[in-house]
Amino acid sequence: MAQDTATLPGLAGIDRSEVRRPRRGIGRWIVLAILILALLATVFPFLVALMNAVKTAADYAANGPAAWPQSFSLATLGYFWNETDYTRKLINSVLISGIVAVAGVILSLLNAYAIGIGRVKGGKLVLMLLLMGIMVPQESLVYPLYFMAKSTGLYDTIWSVIIIFSVLQSAFGTYLLSAVLTAFPREIIEAAEIDGASRWQVLWHVVVPVLRPTLSVLATFFFIWTWNEFLLPLVLLISNDNQTVSVAMGVLQGQNTTAQPNLIAAASLLGILPTIIFFLIFQRTLTKGVVVGAVK
Amino acid sequence: MLENQNREEKMARAEASPGRAGYYLYLVPGALGFLAIVAVPICANFYISLLNWRGIGKAHFAGLHNYDLLIHDQMFWGSMIHTALFIISMTVVPTVLGLILAAVLFDYISVQFKVGLSSFMRATFYLPQILPVTAAGLLWGWILSPIGITNAVLKAIGLGALAQNWLGDPNWALPAVSAVIVWVQVGYCLVVFMAGLARIDPSLYEAAELDGANWWARFIHITITMLAPEIFVVVLTTVIASLKVFAPIYVLTSGGPNNATLVPSYLTYYHFFTTNRVGYAASIAVVQTLITIILGIIFLRAQSRQTESEA
Repeated sequence: MAQDTATLPGLAGIDRSEVRRPRRGIGRWIVLAILILALLATVFPFLVALMNAVKTAADYAANGPAAWPQSFSLATLGYFWNETDYTRKLINSVLISGIVAVAGVILSLLNAYAIGIGRVKGGKLVLMLLLMGIMVPQESLVYPLYFMAKSTGLYDTIWSVIIIFSVLQSAFGTYLLSAVLTAFPREIIEAAEIDGASRWQVLWHVVVPVLRPTLSVLATFFFIWTWNEFLLPLVLLISNDNQTVSVAMGVLQGQNTTAQPNLIAAASLLGILPTIIFFLIFQRTLTKGVVVGAVK
Repeated sequence: MLENQNREEKMARAEASPGRAGYYLYLVPGALGFLAIVAVPICANFYISLLNWRGIGKAHFAGLHNYDLLIHDQMFWGSMIHTALFIISMTVVPTVLGLILAAVLFDYISVQFKVGLSSFMRATFYLPQILPVTAAGLLWGWILSPIGITNAVLKAIGLGALAQNWLGDPNWALPAVSAVIVWVQVGYCLVVFMAGLARIDPSLYEAAELDGANWWARFIHITITMLAPEIFVVVLTTVIASLKVFAPIYVLTSGGPNNATLVPSYLTYYHFFTTNRVGYAASIAVVQTLITIILGIIFLRAQSRQTESEA
């Protein structure tokens, strides 16, 4: 059912203000004011992080976190960036999330092709297992995976995380794409087969072009989910050089900040910024496609 | 006659089977991956839960000893109680807020003002949901610290008496973490509900309005009723997610103070990697997994019943 709702058009397509006449009055402004307050409460943490990250350390120490900046300085941001080698973390996160997005989508596509188009026997059972795989807490996988990574030499390399999340994300992707492909018009496939297309060609030249929008939504979600993953990267990527942004943020708590009292503001701002940029670019995909992610 | 039938069946099967068998090849990479990353580790974890093992050295088979320890472990029960309390901040509050916000944005703001405004608001409320939890947690930890902005603002407006060590006080830590979780979760509920509302025929609202139903009556009788499937999905997914709360706890409180915010995931992590009571940690993970699977089965059952009744 989650998938059915996912295909419905979003709100933006229907201009309901034409359908129903707005009523004038003070009530509507009160409702608007309450909503704006709620919005401010939502963005308040970002605003205060921004406000404090660009102060000088002295300004912060003298006037506290609630005061309007008396100074402007990128020193603390730069300090954090250099101290943690943030470029490196960003590269790690981009590499891990990017490769997982692509590999996860390909794995999902291959599985779903067999289940949805091939209608292989046991497909239903496979889907049930996958759903369990989606829901299972990572705590019950973490130690064996840690052990396996150590014995295969993949421990503390980004490849361990890439392999694990490609598979974990593809469990969800398979579940979603199978539903889509089960409803795929058979005539198109049969026509291609009559024209002599092999199964491999049908997949890449018939199915993939039709699915492209769904696949890109899926890849977007795989990217952001992997970017935000914490437990497994925390356990598997212990050296500073291999950490992701998410892990770097997680292990920063409790660090000595006497040298730079506004360090945490700067750090969390930099931790949040890439996601906000990503969000601004893919906003429509993310807010509409979230229903797709409802089973996760 | 019978032979004939058999032959026909065989022919039909011969025609169908090579066709289908070829598709199994496409399952090979996924199946191998699933085996290595999910199936084998789950089984291994269950096996580990039967051992007395510190991660290195010799492991001793201990049967159900770890589970026996578990049901007498106050820390474990405490963590389960916290999980139950986190259902309030993961599920109950965000669902209620999400419903009201979704209805207001969909049925009021986009009618009284502009659709664009309601889309903008939806996107903003959704933002905390997609941030790295660790970055958001780091930020909130700083906001709620004793010398943080929360207390600074309280003092500035003359409410200094209310200032607390929010995350360091055993009485305040759980509510403080819960507030952060609500902040994260509302957006998810809102977006799912708004997508569901797009499915509802606007004429229903119009008819109700003509009949004199006020906003609240329309909210109760149309919005809530029509969104029942979405509410179900949101409630179940977030209840399952509340069993897995880890990153906010890790970043905000490390389970403290005095275990006041301890959750099963953190307890598992703690025993796996800090105390090295690997067998014991595995048994906690097994219990977590079982609860999740039971909830998952309820979810699947209800979902298939729903699709049947729709069909």
